[in-house]
Amino acid sequence: MTLSTTPPTDAPTGPPVHTLAARDVQIGYPGRTVISDLSLDVLAGEFTVIVGPNACGKSTLLRALGRMLPTAQGQVILDGQEISRYSTKEVARRVGLLPQSPVTPDAITVADLVSRGRYPHQRLLRQWSPADAAAVSGALAEVGMLDQADRMVDELSGGQRQRVWIAMTLAQETPILLLDEPTTYLDVVHQIDVLDLCSRLHAQGRTLVAVLHDLNMAARYASHIVVMSEGRIVAQGSAGEVVTPELLGEAFGLDAVVLADPENGRPLVVPRDRRVGR
Amino acid sequence: MTSRGAAEMHDGERRFGLVRDPLLRGRVLRAGPVSMRVDPRVLAVGGVLALVALAVGVVTLLTGTLEISFADVVAALGGQGEERVVRTVQGRRLPRLLTALLVGGSLGVAGAVFQSISRNALGSPDIIGFTTGAAAGAVVQIMLFGGGVVETALAAIAGGVLTALVVYALARKDGISGGLRLVLVGIGVGAILAALISFLMVRADITDAESVQRWEAGSLVGRGWPHAVSVAVAVAILLPALMALRRAVTYLEMGDDAAHALGIPVERYRFAALVLAVALTAVAVAATGPIAFVALAAPQVVARLTRRGGVLLLPSFLMGATLLAAATCSASDSTSGSAPPWAS
Repeated sequence: MTLSTTPPTDAPTGPPVHTLAARDVQIGYPGRTVISDLSLDVLAGEFTVIVGPNACGKSTLLRALGRMLPTAQGQVILDGQEISRYSTKEVARRVGLLPQSPVTPDAITVADLVSRGRYPHQRLLRQWSPADAAAVSGALAEVGMLDQADRMVDELSGGQRQRVWIAMTLAQETPILLLDEPTTYLDVVHQIDVLDLCSRLHAQGRTLVAVLHDLNMAARYASHIVVMSEGRIVAQGSAGEVVTPELLGEAFGLDAVVLADPENGRPLVVPRDRRVGR
Repeated sequence: MTSRGAAEMHDGERRFGLVRDPLLRGRVLRAGPVSMRVDPRVLAVGGVLALVALAVGVVTLLTGTLEISFADVVAALGGQGEERVVRTVQGRRLPRLLTALLVGGSLGVAGAVFQSISRNALGSPDIIGFTTGAAAGAVVQIMLFGGGVVETALAAIAGGVLTALVVYALARKDGISGGLRLVLVGIGVGAILAALISFLMVRADITDAESVQRWEAGSLVGRGWPHAVSVAVAVAILLPALMALRRAVTYLEMGDDAAHALGIPVERYRFAALVLAVALTAVAVAATGPIAFVALAAPQVVARLTRRGGVLLLPSFLMGATLLAAATCSASDSTSGSAPPWAS
């Protein structure tokens, strides 16, 4: 067996700590700088959620962390080495990234789609090893879709489909998972479904980074929140430290009260109703 | 071997042979460390297509102005029998059949690749200008340098590849190609090249115009061993190369980001697949002139028969081969004057 990755069923003790960090990066698209002079350490074992107003550069940062965008300046360091020095496949064995809106292929079953997550571990003449089978069934079990493995993906609900995509990323067996707005286009029930899943994965010791739009969901689920505004990191810390009326005003231009969530005591953002006179 | 535990248990103890994995739709062909995924339904469709192609081949060898029996055809293939019969079978019917099969197959494969890269059923080479580009190359050669089989073929290849590079360069934005932009730019460039061909035709003298028109119609009449061999060489080189890229190109259909996240160097693989498929198209067009519809239809029919997505190269090859060989056969069989252009 030539696979060097750790099996998915590893106990929380043991596996080496994997690190991912951005160092003074400037990132952008031709003619437009989105992020400049930004540094971020992805904390191992944490569920980091990046929030910020539209076009603040949160997806751009995530894509750079997954090497989908090159950095114009600065470096992204993965496991002690500049990320651009790895082969594309090697990066895919260390960092999994679920993009914002992947295209569901025609006529594909749940198991077949999830099995595509094994690509970075496969070769032309090793298309399906026992390790592949174990990783795919493990990933399906983790998202609770093992009994639906034979179904066609386009027959599934939006929430189930998103769980299948997450399973594909899990089958990659990367210690670090990046999720770009995994709850977009989902109704509230399915959003909670997906975020509960993320929370479970985090509890099992995985390092997660997700970009989310919904501040309250971020405050509820994240173990670490990064607030971005205009290509910079404005604040980071636990939900209690970061989600404050002052910061919401500064980063989002939002006038809001912050209450304690009656369910769990975490911050709950209630935007002020401008129509009500005070 | 037992120390690998759960992973090993999953698909049983068999290390060799065709293994069924309860998770997957297909089977896994395993031989020690080597494992290949096979899909019985795709295999079945491929097998049936191969049989149909074979049947079409037999009928093609049996039909023509000279009546030859099955036994005589078999003998003639081995070089035995009356000299006139051997010459007809070996020198005319067989190379024309092989050219039809190989050109049809090449177009089917190219269509499958282009439709996948452009994520659009309209993205076949005859629609996005590559076929027209090859034709324009040949037309310019015939008009300006006076034709010649080999020269025309080379000009067609140059025209096809050049057109593809222009379309690719124009469709690229921020270092990314692909998708609808490729189709639209291709249609535009194809229209310009078609206009160029018409312009040259109007200016040409009558003999040049006639030979251009004959070439432009796309035909298998009079195609001999040089044509069959040139396409066979191209297929032997380009098809395996495309097969090595097949899975990555299929995964591109999930979107550039998703493919990249799985470790696929998206733009590099897309460009490589594009170049290989264009070369295949150009060599095919060089042999027979532009033949429409095969590249568009073959992958689509295959997708419906197999009920599978993705790039299915070998079934598309067999489908394209069968379509063109059957069309050629049925056309050469019609003795009336209304034979379609590729057989007239």
